[in-house]
Amino acid sequence: MRLNEEERAILAGAQGSARQWAIDHQLRVGRYLGASDFVPVSQAHIMADTESLGEAGVAWLERMAALPEPERRVRIPTITDPRGTDFAAAARLRQQDWMLALERRAIAAFEALGVLMTDTCINYQTIMPAVRGEHLAYGDTGVVIYSNSVLGARSNFEGGPSALSAGLTGRTPRYGYHLAEHRRANLLLRVERTPRALHEWGALGGLVGRLAGDYWRVPLLTGIDRVPNSDELKHFGAALASYGSVALFHMEGITPEAQRARDVADPGLPVTATITETDIRNFLAHYARGVETIDVVVFSAPQLSLIEMRQLAQCLDARRVKVPLLAVTSPQVKPDADRMGLTARIETAGGLVLAGMCFYQSYAREMAEANGWRHLASNSAKLTNILGGYGYRPVLLSMEACVEAACTGRVP
Amino acid sequence: MAPQVFAANAAMGSMVRGTALVARDGFSARYDLDRIRGVFSRPDHLLAGQSYVGRVLVLDVAKGGVATAWMLHDMSARGVMPAALVLNRVNPIMVQGAALAGFTMMSGFDIDITQAVPNGATVEVDPTASPPSLRIVTESDDRASRHQTAKAAPIPVPAGVRRIG
Repeated sequence: MRLNEEERAILAGAQGSARQWAIDHQLRVGRYLGASDFVPVSQAHIMADTESLGEAGVAWLERMAALPEPERRVRIPTITDPRGTDFAAAARLRQQDWMLALERRAIAAFEALGVLMTDTCINYQTIMPAVRGEHLAYGDTGVVIYSNSVLGARSNFEGGPSALSAGLTGRTPRYGYHLAEHRRANLLLRVERTPRALHEWGALGGLVGRLAGDYWRVPLLTGIDRVPNSDELKHFGAALASYGSVALFHMEGITPEAQRARDVADPGLPVTATITETDIRNFLAHYARGVETIDVVVFSAPQLSLIEMRQLAQCLDARRVKVPLLAVTSPQVKPDADRMGLTARIETAGGLVLAGMCFYQSYAREMAEANGWRHLASNSAKLTNILGGYGYRPVLLSMEACVEAACTGRVP
Repeated sequence: MAPQVFAANAAMGSMVRGTALVARDGFSARYDLDRIRGVFSRPDHLLAGQSYVGRVLVLDVAKGGVATAWMLHDMSARGVMPAALVLNRVNPIMVQGAALAGFTMMSGFDIDITQAVPNGATVEVDPTASPPSLRIVTESDDRASRHQTAKAAPIPVPAGVRRIG
């Protein structure tokens, strides 16, 4: 990789050992992935829940946080993905003291590094949405795919160590979706029926993700017959990134780089598949097969927007849940939900509103064991995809059906 | 018989030798593993229930989200780690995670590496070679385990559609 004078100085240690480590890490990653140089980035977003970090990762962060302040502080706005708990509700979730202690240590380390603890995976709805063409180092797949596809920004998946590196150096290796040539579609799919509910958008994302199959596929969807809203694209993108590890999609006439299919696709690109209503129905049925009772209902992954919080509150009006119902939102949305009475409406029905965490990033396996949770209902396809590996048997339902399941303990 | 050697496009880490655990399935530390017990835990993964500890994992493609970038480091610190990861195709997260953990990883072959390496074979993964290469040292005696077979039905994709990747 070509380095400029400043980058060579950072690598030589002129700006301290944290930045020296960071640029060395970035060089190793960039060389592997064929980067020719670095590109300046304007923001970084770090995924670093302590279930992922572990004791070793937290200790690693603490060593960096112990360096002299001028050496350790990030140099661009650097924010965080959800944490592994909502401290106010940890006891009700039966999370253990060691988890909370590890979380506190990680938070202290990040604060010492100058990281803003936003604790959100919907920063594109609440903090500072990216601008078309803006180069970023974002570290939550849902954040990356939304920013790339819906906003036209440029980021690869940046895991915690690499996002932190970008925060420290203000740059990232120029490969993948920072480059125009990688942003062209190489998978053309026709959609016969535009989804209506959020869980259907997630199911469509899951189907496209299954067809795409890896990070380097860029799907172009045709046939979407109306402009989806931000929550719908949030669920679609999060599921697509989860099932397919995909970081960029285009929708003809909808997403900014694909106002016409030919803007992003070669004329000869064949239609690989047509996705029908039956496909979406079969996708949903696959998860529901053999599950009759429900132990817990979770709305999370991504965190709920204020609009979703209101929809949920409306669904729960005059109802009473029989099994735990968890609604997970961001620390930015929660005060508004409190102020507007949405939290009270959800909790009056017996639900629990959580902020700053995400269910699957919060020791989901240990919570299942501690609470006896196995059969889980959600309207998030992303959550449904992830939790199988954590010992759950998840079911993907509409928000309304999830509420019904919470009130009866059974799949409607 | 001459040893079989497969050149890779990219690699990092140090040379390792170990027993290959092979499947034409993906890899994500968060989605697929019980990292406490050291086994594949996603029920529909082709290696569900099998231990990955100390094995050279030969799989198709990097899957899932960003957590693997931290998790490989933690798995390594706790000694619940594969010996190496060999993939047909990587995503950036696997590269970033391997770089942090000092883990041996290799990817990008002219052939489907999951079909070329028998399950249970002793293999040598050498990122320091030029080009980086995987060598089959000895094949498994267990011909029945040559290729992993599915344990659960995959999630449906549209009928008549070729699975990509």
